[in-house]
Amino acid sequence: MVWWVEFLSNLFGTLGDVAPIVATILFFHLVVLRIALRRPTQLVVGTGFVIIGMVLFLLGLQMALFPLGESMARQLTSEQFVGSAETANWQSYMWVYLFAAAIGFATTIAEPSLLAVAIKANQVSGGVISVGGLRSSVAIGVALGLAVGTYRIVIGEPLQYFIIAGYAVVVVQTLFAPKDIIPLAYDSGGVTTSTVTVPLVTALGLGLAASVPGRDVLIDGFGLIAFASLFPMIAVMAYAQISAYLSRYSESGENHEV
Amino acid sequence: MGYHLSHFFDSLLKSLRDISPIILVVAFFQLFVLQSPLPDLANVFLGTALVVLGLTCFVMGLELGLFPVGEDMAHAFAHKGKLSALLLFAFCLGFGTTIAEPALIAVADEAAKVAAVTEHIVDSDAARQEYAAALRLCVAAAVGLAIVVGVLRVLRGWPLHWLMIGGYVLVVVITAFAPQEIIGIAYDSGGVTTSTITVPLVTALGVGLANAIKGRNPLLDGFGLIALASLTPVLFVLLFGIIW
Repeated sequence: MVWWVEFLSNLFGTLGDVAPIVATILFFHLVVLRIALRRPTQLVVGTGFVIIGMVLFLLGLQMALFPLGESMARQLTSEQFVGSAETANWQSYMWVYLFAAAIGFATTIAEPSLLAVAIKANQVSGGVISVGGLRSSVAIGVALGLAVGTYRIVIGEPLQYFIIAGYAVVVVQTLFAPKDIIPLAYDSGGVTTSTVTVPLVTALGLGLAASVPGRDVLIDGFGLIAFASLFPMIAVMAYAQISAYLSRYSESGENHEV
Repeated sequence: MGYHLSHFFDSLLKSLRDISPIILVVAFFQLFVLQSPLPDLANVFLGTALVVLGLTCFVMGLELGLFPVGEDMAHAFAHKGKLSALLLFAFCLGFGTTIAEPALIAVADEAAKVAAVTEHIVDSDAARQEYAAALRLCVAAAVGLAIVVGVLRVLRGWPLHWLMIGGYVLVVVITAFAPQEIIGIAYDSGGVTTSTITVPLVTALGVGLANAIKGRNPLLDGFGLIALASLTPVLFVLLFGIIW
């Protein structure tokens, strides 16, 4: 592999991501608000670290994880592994559901944007919301979401029934969950699926839709991201509800912890 | 210097711990379920080392760069700027970070393929490119609008869940009228729009605003921008599928 070609393409990709953000911030800071930047050196060093970090992170994923993960997704959904497509039923894909759940959990734990939100939530809540606790409940949500999502591709029911039912669960939970967890729970749906999870999950969905008879890759291959964004909301609120419920039954608990 | 070095090694270890579940899952499925050897061990080790180092640099950069910038902007706007300038900034931030997002470009191209296959548009390169470009514009505008509404919500203290539940109801209603082939892409588009660099910045902005304004609770009012930015693209893409 020509690693430096990948390195440069990642570098330019990340710079392209950062450029509009930096331009917007500088324009509003210097032209609209007319305030000098505080701690400019620290900002430049920090942004540099973020860019270098993203480039190395992506390069490493492309070397180690993506080719392996994608080939595994293909193999697990292939006919040699599942058995003849005509005799296969939804249970033949058990390893696919397990793989989807396991890889969903593992990639979510490593997702940088979730880490960022967890750090912020920990700071803001004065440590009540722990970084590890939030990340684990979101990861469990993604794992469940992907297991249900791959099952949906196999049985071929319309996506919207599942998602709308999920919305209904979220709405009911919102009525009963501790108030201060709700915005964070809603946010956690959007942050779970970025750099690490999307490419692997997309490969899994498309591979599965291609191998199950009667499924259209272009139409049934989508929807896994939607599941991975919906279930973390349910999981985070559920965790907060369970913690609140448990602490009500112990003397010391007046703060629920996530 | 000694403090910085030990801090660096500390975060390096944490990153290694964050990455280890992926290694375990991949190794387990490869060795025990698929029963094939791990290919290219050297590449896997080098790649993992790069991922760990990259994650460490990213987190250090967060604390030094992205978080302070978002908070400084929030304070500056809260104390000095006009509301119109803040809302314009919010729109530019959402629109600008989304329009160039690689994940969105990929999804828009797929959507154009679906539209061509289902004979929604003419199956030609020009028609597909036009469709994909319009879709990207539509999603970027949706995210821009979401950040504007989200910032207004922090300023006014509107409860997030009413906005979200209202949005869900709209999604359900519009889904009934949307063509079946756009639904999967629309529902997915909510998850792909918020990139790794946008999330920390937007979070810091929301929390910073909630901190700077009297009577706002950073936990209750500061979070929620990402949630709105994941909801509006679903609505806009569904509408786009009906109208286009």
